[in-house]
Amino acid sequence: MTKLRRYRRPHPGTQPDYDYPPYASTAKRHPTQPLILPPQTLSELTGPIFGSDEVKPTDNDLTRQHKSAPIGERIFLSGRVLDENGRPVPHTLIEIWQANSAGRYPHPSDTHDAPLDPNFSGAGRTVTDAEGRYRFITIRPGEYPWRNHYNAWRPAHIHFSLFGPAFLTRMVTQMYFPGDALIPFDPMYTCIRDENARKRLISVFDWETTVPEQGLGYRFDVVLRGRDATPMEN
Amino acid sequence: MSLYATGNQTVGPYLHIGFDWLVTRDIAAANVGGERIAIQGRLLDGDGVGVSDGLIEIWQANSHGRYAHPEDGQKKPLEAGFRGFGRVPTEAKGAFRFTTIKPGGVPGPAGREQAPHLVVSVFMRGLLKHLATRMYFPDEPRNERDPILELVPAVRRSTLIARAKSDGVMEWNVILQGEGETVFFDF
Repeated sequence: MTKLRRYRRPHPGTQPDYDYPPYASTAKRHPTQPLILPPQTLSELTGPIFGSDEVKPTDNDLTRQHKSAPIGERIFLSGRVLDENGRPVPHTLIEIWQANSAGRYPHPSDTHDAPLDPNFSGAGRTVTDAEGRYRFITIRPGEYPWRNHYNAWRPAHIHFSLFGPAFLTRMVTQMYFPGDALIPFDPMYTCIRDENARKRLISVFDWETTVPEQGLGYRFDVVLRGRDATPMEN
Repeated sequence: MSLYATGNQTVGPYLHIGFDWLVTRDIAAANVGGERIAIQGRLLDGDGVGVSDGLIEIWQANSHGRYAHPEDGQKKPLEAGFRGFGRVPTEAKGAFRFTTIKPGGVPGPAGREQAPHLVVSVFMRGLLKHLATRMYFPDEPRNERDPILELVPAVRRSTLIARAKSDGVMEWNVILQGEGETVFFDF
């Protein structure tokens, strides 16, 4: 039998609960029965692998998907994907999506009275390099209202989706911008109880990612679940 | 070095913008071996209302019970062009449908075989972290001795087993709350 090392359980408070009343939509969409905790099997310790043949080198540039450049402040995002043991996660797919600079998504459900930008679709993807590094070029998304509570506004954010090497490392998160006044009032942000874990959702302004004459740079590292030291029989 | 995994966040209502490019409703191309099946169902919230802005992802072995992944060291054949990944958005009234081949049995804990199954991630607005579940197959004697199914209270096991509808077509619903609430796992 192959020996496979299992993935560590999340540290308490670092992941959101399914039932979180400040985010109203969780009310009818969270499980009410206890989750079952089974052993991790080959089915969860494996997962889909995506090659760089599926992702074009220019798919990480959201400012060049149309005839002209989108309206807004051009920004550069960079970071590394690591596991909980600090090892880089190479050649893994990252998908991002975001609102335009006015805070509007090109989506039929978005009825916010802000202009669409024909030059911005808001989706990008890339595959990390051998050291787990990635880079995106985009525009800074706008804040926008939502109907969760009276006068509710989402801070500027970019959605990140990552696969990692296994079904168990799949994760979707949101990246925020430093200094955004809306962050402390945002139920998405506050749903993570551990303050340090929360803060790690906020990107860091970074001179090394900033490109002279072109745009500011922000750094956002993502940590995927890591493996236990001891192998298990599987 | 010991870091903590980044916190998950909801996909929100506009997940299609980021996810549509990789939508895969036909998991197995025509040349892939195995019993062809179609699975249809609905994703329902706590009021029994269909979730039309959700999405499921599927991960499965091929018909021999081998995963297309470097850590599956079994001496079973791989199938060229079969990745075993599906991504299926829900539509009006929460309906979803996909086609694939029935996977073979795969190894489980302590050398026991697992019955054929799909592992499934569920994403939607209102879920702060995706949910993990499994779909097993109807009329499958190996379900009786599956090491994961046996951990599920007997009265709830049927939520993880698709129902045969007609030739090659199965129905499997994902119910978030209430009567028939689907079993979700925390691996």
